[in-house]
Formats: sequence, structure tokens, C-alpha cells
Amino acid sequence: MIEQTLFYIAAAVLVFAASAVITVRNPVVAALTLVLCFFCNAAIWLLLEAEFLAIVLVLVYVGAVMVLFLFVVMMLDINIAELRKGFSGFLPIGVTVALIMVISMVLVLASGYFAGPEYVPLKHAAEYSNTRELGLLLYSEYLYPFEIAGAILLVAIVAAIALTHRRAKNNKSPAPGTQVAVKREDRIRLVKMKTEQQS
Amino acid sequence: MFEFIRQQLWTPLINFMVPEAYQGYALLTLDALTKVIVVLVCVLTAFAYTTYAERRIIGLIQLRLGPNRVGFFGFHTFGLAQPLADGVKAIFKEIIIPTGANKTLFIIAPVLSLGPALAAWAVIPFSEGMVLADINAGLLYVIALTSLAVYGIIIAGWASNSKYAFLGAMRSAAQIVAYEIAMGFALVGVLVASGSLNLGDIVRAQSGSVLNWFWLPLLPLFLVYYISGVAETNRAPFDVVEGETEIVAGYQVEYSGMHFAIFFMAEYANMILVSTLTAIMFWGGWLSPFQGVPVLGEPHILWLLAKAAFFLYLFLWIRATFPRYRYDQIMRLGWKVFIPITIVWIVVVAGLVVSHIPPWFN
Amino acid sequence: MVMQAIRNYLKSLFLLEMLKGLLLTNRYLFKRKITVQYPEEKTPQSNRFRGLHALRRYPNGEERCIACKLCEAVCPAVAITIESEMRADGSRRTTRYDIDLAKCIYCGFCEESCPVDSIVMTRIFEYHGEKKEDLIMTKQRLLEVGDRNEAQIAADRAQDARYR
Repeated sequence: MIEQTLFYIAAAVLVFAASAVITVRNPVVAALTLVLCFFCNAAIWLLLEAEFLAIVLVLVYVGAVMVLFLFVVMMLDINIAELRKGFSGFLPIGVTVALIMVISMVLVLASGYFAGPEYVPLKHAAEYSNTRELGLLLYSEYLYPFEIAGAILLVAIVAAIALTHRRAKNNKSPAPGTQVAVKREDRIRLVKMKTEQQS
Repeated sequence: MFEFIRQQLWTPLINFMVPEAYQGYALLTLDALTKVIVVLVCVLTAFAYTTYAERRIIGLIQLRLGPNRVGFFGFHTFGLAQPLADGVKAIFKEIIIPTGANKTLFIIAPVLSLGPALAAWAVIPFSEGMVLADINAGLLYVIALTSLAVYGIIIAGWASNSKYAFLGAMRSAAQIVAYEIAMGFALVGVLVASGSLNLGDIVRAQSGSVLNWFWLPLLPLFLVYYISGVAETNRAPFDVVEGETEIVAGYQVEYSGMHFAIFFMAEYANMILVSTLTAIMFWGGWLSPFQGVPVLGEPHILWLLAKAAFFLYLFLWIRATFPRYRYDQIMRLGWKVFIPITIVWIVVVAGLVVSHIPPWFN
Repeated sequence: MVMQAIRNYLKSLFLLEMLKGLLLTNRYLFKRKITVQYPEEKTPQSNRFRGLHALRRYPNGEERCIACKLCEAVCPAVAITIESEMRADGSRRTTRYDIDLAKCIYCGFCEESCPVDSIVMTRIFEYHGEKKEDLIMTKQRLLEVGDRNEAQIAADRAQDARYR
């Protein structure tokens, strides 16, 4: 009863926020409503006892990805009038795509395919740890896909850095690493010498 | 005490106001509410007196006395009423919203920075069984919430419509993302060593003498975690986000009155949180350092408070000692020093755990 | 060379130099504090202290000021206003002697320039005004300040006389 209420609240806020993402004029506000979307999503996953996924969603998407998104969006100087110019031109295509998506979703959801008892989430005891279950599955049954995905991501990271991390030829920015490592002995030489005699 | 409140206050109230079918839920909610209020009041009192302690301790280190005048009823009492006076002052000050600021976001920003800082206290175990929500993914929850603190700062910086505030927001976004990763990796080490995401279980895994606590096997991770904590809370020497000598006060520059005080509150609540977490995850939480001694050896909440107080003192001590980092050096420290150290040490810890090295992992 | 590099590396890894700095500041935490607790304790004052102004009198009760207006001329902040008249006995005296404390910079030039040691600066520094007019010292008020503190003023001048 309470769970259903919570679900409907989270779902309503989610739908509201999701539509706000594409309707609000201010890109920063749009990004923030997307954050709200993620939160509601996480809340729904929590109701399904998938606390690991829910918290990781918040941690990764809200805590890191959206911060960088905001970072970029804030720096943009978006001209809204410019963006709205082609609106009527794109309208038929947009409506068609939206209609196709709505129809296909209605067909799938209304088919009764997801209505069977096997799709009702299981209830677990208090000591059930979603994290442990997920870890056991990932590192036993799905070990190879998991590792391969990790390797691919690593390659992507290395490639992205290799492609973008180029120093300009006449770059004069200091290297903090070498600056920090400087000791007194590198810069100063203490010399002992006799006082000079007046000749 | 909770029992007393439940029987004397909530039960009659519920019997009077709530229909029969929902009385169980209502009692549960109100019970939780009592505990939440107790924790919040404690945290906010701690916040108030941390500001006082900061001014006193930094003053003492600089051979000054710090605030020692404001007292109760004409007695100076070492200036202990200073936080109250500051609070009253902040409440009565005008809240100024700059022209061209995004009003909604400007007002929401302080709330967004305080909210996560207080919400994280839900999973902090104060003593055996003394925890608001004993959830299995407690550690993850804490990481997730500390990573949210940056939103308040970024939004405040952007909504202020001010160059200084915006610079502060930019710096903070880059800095916090960098140090969050090091912090997360350091906590992965804790998780590997204790085999649990539950903060209570993490403390229990450290039971034994002082040498059994995780600070020894996880020494590099402990240092990285604490320093990243200092960086995450934007405290000196990592306070380029405020950088009052360069960008005035960064994201706080346009805030006044209670608005500003809430940012202040969030910063100190985060400091207290990081201190407590350090005590819990690396210094045995509520466990006693004198294992086996009759009375002193008992695990008690006071041990946790003492340890947290020490790390809180360390925050102030560090602020009084070190000059501010340069920004590119902060970035280097985060990405090129801390993250490699943590990754190497996670592998080492995994090795220790797998080969059951006593006295920690037998 | 390599050993040195390794030693430096370990030093920075275990934050030894940071620890040194921390211990130093911690020592200062327990040192004696040098703050003066103002209303209860006060720092000693020099006899040349330049505080609130005063106008002095001769021992027979006649005011010293002869309205030569040297102080008005020398005042860098233009804080002094003097008007004068001729008395029945032919002496020249002031009818008005105002010092605007809001303008005064307490440089002491007025005292230096005074040929008859009439305008002087006292050791008084704890005074205030609640209105702007309170900060304009009229001749009447200046004389009162001088009358009240004549003993201290005379003693300070006597002590400093050797150097003038």
C-alpha cells in the first residue's frame, strides 16, 4: 500500500521532470530536471529492492556525469531564438518519430507479456544484500562479458586521452610535478669561503 | 528516552488522530522522526560549536585569544554564547538577491548543499546498534551523498550572475570530481578489507586492539581519504573555491544573512561527517583503544566522539598551518598522485585479504 | 642520487614535512597569548600620545589662546575654525574655536604650531558622539577638557620639555 503510493509519487515526479527536461527554456534548469529524473528513477529502483543499482545511478550519473554536463552547459551561450527557428520544419518528422515510439510502447506494454507472475519482484528478508547477489552474478556467470566490457571501456578511455591530450608546441604552462619536487639543495649552494683581504 | 517519547507523546497523539488501520505506520514514522530530530539537533549543535572552536583554536595558534566575550547573562564564559549571537545576527540580516540572478536556483542552492550533508547522517552508526538506518549499502550511500554536495556550489555560482561566483563554481566542479574518485577508491579499499558495505559491519571487522584497526593496513588509503575529505569540503589548504584573496568568497560572494549561514552550516556539517567517517572506517569507530582494560576497554559512543573530535581538530589545525594550494597543483595531486596510490593499494589490500595475513585478515 | 630521490619520495609520501609544520603550529597553540584584554587591560601610553584636543588656561584662569590662527593655517585636514575679536583691554581673543573631530587626523601639528601652548592633545582616546554635532568640539568644550585634565597635561609637557 505504502510502496504503491511511493511508486506513484516517484513515477509522477519522474514523468513531470522528464517532460520538463525537453520543455524548459533554460538549459541549466533542463540539466537540473534531468538530475531530478535520475533521483526518481533511483527511488523506483529502491522500491524494487535494487539498492545497489539505485545508489550507483545517483553516484555515477548525478554525482559525476551530470556535474560535468552542468559544467559544460553553464559555459554555453545558447541563443534560444536561433534554436527555435527550424521548429516548424522539423515538426512533422518529430511527431512521426514520437508517434511510432508511443505506438510501439503501447503495443508492448498492453500485450500482457509483462503481466505474468514471474515479473512481480520477489520480496526478500532484511539481510538480503542486493550488492552481494549482483557481485556473485557478475564475477561468476557473467565474468567474461563483464571483463570484456571493462577492457573495452579502458581502451576507450586511453583512446580518448591519447586523441585529446596534445600539448601545443609553444605551451608555456608550468609542470606542477617538477615544481613540487624541487628541494632547497637544487636551487641553493651553500659555500664556505674566507673573507676577502683588502689589498 | 525514545521509549518514553513513544509512550508519552506519540501513542496518545496517534490514538487520537490516526485511524486504526494506519496506526502502525504512523508510529513507525514518528519514531523515526524522533531519532532524526535528535541526530539533527546534535549535528547542528556540533556545527555551531565547531565554528566557535575553529575561531578559538586558530586564534590560539596565532597567539591570539579568539572570541571570548559573548556570554550568558553577563558572564563571559570563554565566549561560549558566540555561536548563538552569530546565529541571531544571521537570521536578522537581509537576504539580498542580485539583479539578473536566477531567483529560484539562487534560493534553492543553499538547501541543495545542506541537504546531502545532513542526509548522510542517516547511515552513520554511533555505537553498536545506534544507527538511524542500518542499510546494507551504507558505504555506497555515503559516497553518493557526498558527491551531491557539489550541486549546491555549482548552482549557487551560476545563479548568482557574478563572475567571482562563477569562477568559484567552475573550480569546485573540477576539484570535487577529481577528489571524489580518489575518495571512492580509498573507500573501495575499506570495503575490500572489511568485506561489507554496512558501516556497522566495517567497525565490527576492526575489532581487536589498536593494531587491528584499518589505519595500519590501509595507511595510504587513510591518508588519501582524509586529505580528499579536506578537499571535498573545500577547506584550507584546498579552499580555492572560496579563495578569499583571489575570488573574494567564490560561490558565496552574493549570499547574505541566513542564506550564507546555510552554506556555512553545510560546510561544517560535511567536515563533521568526514571526521566521523574517518573515525569509523579507519580508527575503529566506537571501539576502545585499550582493549582488555576493565572499564576503559569497553566499546562506547564516547570513543567515536573523541576520535571524530580529533579529526575535526585536525581540520582546524591544518587550516592554521598550511598555505593555499595552487590550482594546477591541486589537480595534479588529485589525478596523478592520489588515484594511482589508491589503485596500487587496493591491489595490495586484496592480496593481503586473499592470503589471510594476520592479525587483520585471518 | 637515486637514494636521495627515493628518500625524498618517501618523505613526501608519508607527509613528513607536513607533519613537521603541524607540530610547529601545535607548539604555538600552548604558548602564552599576547592579546591585551582591552577594557580590563590597557597598553601603556606615551606622554606624547595624541588623543582628544584641549584648550589650556594660565594659572590665573585666563585662556592662553591669542587667536593667532597658526593652528588653523597649519591644519592639513582643515578641521579648525577660529573667529576672533578685540577685548575691552585691547587683547585679542577667540570668540569661536571649533575642531571638527570627523575631519581631524590627529597629526598634532596644531599643538606644535601653538606659540603659547594653548591647544594641546590629551591622552583621552575613549570618546564618541551619537550625532554629528557631538563630534564638533566647540571652544567651550575644549576648555572644559583642558580644565579637567590640566594636571596630566602639565605633567606630560614638563616631561617632554627637555626635547623641545
